[in-house]
Amino acid sequence: MSLSNVFYNTIFKRNSTFVPAVFAGAFAWSIGFEIAVTKFHDSWNKGKQWKDIRDKYATVEE
Amino acid sequence: MFAAAKNAGALRAASRAMKAGPRTTTARFASSSAGSSSGSFESFLNSRLTLASASLAAVGTVAWYTHLYGTLPFVGEAHASAASDEGMHPIAYPWSHNGVLDTFDHASIRRGYQVYREVCAACHSLNRIAWRNLVGVSHTADEARAMAEEVEYTDGPNDQGEMFERPGKLADYMPPPYPNDEAARAGNGGALPPDLSLIVKARHGASDYIFSLLTGYIDPPAGVEIREGMNYNPFFPGGALSMGRVLFDGLVEYEDGTPATTSQMAKDVTTFLHWASEPEHDERKKYGIKAVIILSTLFCISIYVKRFKWIPIKTRKLVYEPPVNKGH
Repeated sequence: MSLSNVFYNTIFKRNSTFVPAVFAGAFAWSIGFEIAVTKFHDSWNKGKQWKDIRDKYATVEE
Repeated sequence: MFAAAKNAGALRAASRAMKAGPRTTTARFASSSAGSSSGSFESFLNSRLTLASASLAAVGTVAWYTHLYGTLPFVGEAHASAASDEGMHPIAYPWSHNGVLDTFDHASIRRGYQVYREVCAACHSLNRIAWRNLVGVSHTADEARAMAEEVEYTDGPNDQGEMFERPGKLADYMPPPYPNDEAARAGNGGALPPDLSLIVKARHGASDYIFSLLTGYIDPPAGVEIREGMNYNPFFPGGALSMGRVLFDGLVEYEDGTPATTSQMAKDVTTFLHWASEPEHDERKKYGIKAVIILSTLFCISIYVKRFKWIPIKTRKLVYEPPVNKGH
């Protein structure tokens, strides 16, 4: 059985598996997208944001 | 344009007519009757849609020009004012947050807050910024709390119905230098120092203007007289303002060791005030990245789907086979 057949039979064939797959996929994708954009944003603005300079001012908790 | 098109149409019609032979009447009335190809072009030119769109384009162009430049095109105007009365255009500076992906330089915001607190806050209020707004932007929660506690706020009423003084909390707003506008005017020779919370948004030129103004004080040029107690600044509309030059080299001492030159302090306090005007700035630009990625992807997908759906319609061929005439 080829890979596409596996996909078809496990996900797309029944609505009861397809709809949860859509929901789970959207959830996972949005998290991954957020992480990727944040990573790019932080590297682009390296050293400028508060989280980059916070260590200079925050005192360690005792 | 119209006449030329008609003549060309008539010419074409005439040559067709000559090939056809005796039908000269077609050429004779070509300009007044609907021909085949020239007729469709003429009916396009004379159509209501063409008229409407041409009118719309003309009106739109004039409206756009008027909106952009403030006056109607080709209509002269006489001005009684001199250009210097409007203030010089501020110089465009390469701010580190200029780019569409660039956040504020938060170390600069922190230094700028110090400049605001030690210099500007003597006259200018900042009443839309609370101590809590500094947390996670330029100060830690502990630092902001400690700074707030140094200020006494009036609160109440208590059980006896009396107002009382208490040290500040993170939720309190920045203390104003004067209790009200009248006191502020009285303390500054009749001129009200504007609140700085939204000053970057409230002035043409924004950050560039604030920086230019702070660093632009000069002696009035020859021939310009200003009143006693006023100061000359070419970037200020009118030239004379009540606020004098306040930033001088070495005025504050930065905790991170940055040399406190006039331009450095002006840059830092302008960055701070820009943050105060647009606290959502960094987050907004991050959402911008996401929006552009998602919307452009969806746009590409929609183009693909359109082509996918239309390709059978666009490429199909209709063949007409005339019925065979089987005699009368």
